[in-house]
Amino acid sequence: MNIAAIREQFPILHQEINGHPLVYLDSAASSQKPRSVIDAINRYYEKDHSNVHRGVHTLGSRATDAYEGAREKVASFLNAALPEEIIFTRGTTTALNLVASSYARNACKPGDEIVITQMEHHSNLIPWQQVAKATGATLKYIPLQPDGSFTLADAELTITANTKVVAMTYVSNVLGIVNPIKEVAAIAHRNGAVMVVDGAQSTPHMRVDVRDLDCDFYAFSGHKMCGPTGIGALYGKKALLSKMEPIEFGGEMIDYVDLYESTWKDIPYRFEGGTPIIANAVGLGAAIDFLQEVGMDEIDKHQRQLAAYAYDRLSELEGVSIYGPKADRAGLVTFNLGDVHPHDVATVLDSEGIAVRAGHHCCQPLMRFLNVSSTARASFYLYNTEQDVDQLIAGLLKTKEFFGHAIG
Amino acid sequence: MQLDDLYRRVIMDHYKNPRNHGTLEADAVTIKLNNPTCGDSIALQLQVENGLVTDAKFSGEGCSISLSSASMMTEVVKGKTFDQALELADKFSALMKGEPVEFEDYEDIEALSGVNKFPARIKCATLSWNALRKGIEQQHE
Ligand SMILES: Cc1ncc(COP(=O)(O)O)c(C=O)c1O
Repeated sequence: MNIAAIREQFPILHQEINGHPLVYLDSAASSQKPRSVIDAINRYYEKDHSNVHRGVHTLGSRATDAYEGAREKVASFLNAALPEEIIFTRGTTTALNLVASSYARNACKPGDEIVITQMEHHSNLIPWQQVAKATGATLKYIPLQPDGSFTLADAELTITANTKVVAMTYVSNVLGIVNPIKEVAAIAHRNGAVMVVDGAQSTPHMRVDVRDLDCDFYAFSGHKMCGPTGIGALYGKKALLSKMEPIEFGGEMIDYVDLYESTWKDIPYRFEGGTPIIANAVGLGAAIDFLQEVGMDEIDKHQRQLAAYAYDRLSELEGVSIYGPKADRAGLVTFNLGDVHPHDVATVLDSEGIAVRAGHHCCQPLMRFLNVSSTARASFYLYNTEQDVDQLIAGLLKTKEFFGHAIG
Repeated sequence: MQLDDLYRRVIMDHYKNPRNHGTLEADAVTIKLNNPTCGDSIALQLQVENGLVTDAKFSGEGCSISLSSASMMTEVVKGKTFDQALELADKFSALMKGEPVEFEDYEDIEALSGVNKFPARIKCATLSWNALRKGIEQQHE
């Protein structure tokens, strides 16, 4: 992988922040965009834009082709069996809420169980709390080991014949853990439950095969994988999606409308009410082309190497606590620097041009498990280098010195 | 971006030696506020008598900016009437907007003027002041 050539394609990376070259280590929150994605969106607006699925004119069919072409790209990127198994959403959050509202609220009743983990992002936790409250189902957590991972034996014990939904992140946005989705999906299916995967952090970085995982639903966001904000998708098995009722009603999603009764289009359109997010879907398609050209396996290897390097370099710093296991981690490292508050760490790093995340990372229950109120996180993507990690370490040394003097 | 604008010595002193850190008697007005974007939290307690804040203490978790701001706020608000306290809170908001404001015989707060250049940190600085406003508004009800 030629990182220099890749970096060349990201205009935003070539600037100074507070007098220092930008070191962007916050891609887990949102990644930067290559020229090809920015151009694809511009080109669409300059040449092809119109509404989709209704125009008889040329632009109408160009826009429709672009939008449906993007759906096909997503389907093949995830190795879905059919394009209609891909529903465009605003992102992971909307996709997971769609499963919760349309599938789970109808599938659960008192006595049923929904199983999740304490490492979930709020987007894959609160929707299930709400389903449990609305239906009387019980929300259960697979217990975590001290390093934040869980064992398949505990998954076996937690998932029972009463379980209707198992929902879990593929990669933890705090711990860097890659969860054994395929194995958990098998346990879920043996108990008659559906498997829902939060793919927000996995889709940008690794080869994803929804058929091999045998998950029933899979959600992800475009903006974390070089695509624009405001677009993401839900994959769902056709047999399940076909039985689900829409949750948003209006234009585009209808088949036949009468005064008191109406019928819906087939999947995926019945879940895409209103004018869809056309330009951003086109941008997502361009992002997939870009990532595939680099190669998902290459990206996976690169981000893991950087995380391992960062883990080692951080471990050498006195007073640093690192969260999550050392081995097999995806491309991010979450840490604290002694008792310097992560906000203060992030502000000092920012003064050196280094962007990291500080806070609870939308994982308050996990923070409670780790016994901290917040943490700092450096996350890597295909455009990051070992030199970026070295800059981070230098910035942290400066932070230590600064706060060492200041607070003694 | 000058770190020294943000982390003035006065601020670090309040962070290291917070004033009025702890809890008051059970009958004190208690306001708990969170900063939902970062998970920081503060519990502010006010002892009030006849429209006067006679004592103030705080506890909770936060960064240097939020804790030093709470420390300063509890110092300055003691002995103030509700109206005077709200006026101070307004002044503090103005300070966060970058307006020149003087806190007369309690100058420590002016050290927080630099936060204005770090927009991401303004929420940290205002957390305890928001708790103060909320506590006083409750008394007015
Ligand atoms: C694991 C995980 N799940 C869900 C989300 C939510 O994604 P979005 O905000 O794009 O809906 C994120 C993003 O922060 C995430 O990291």
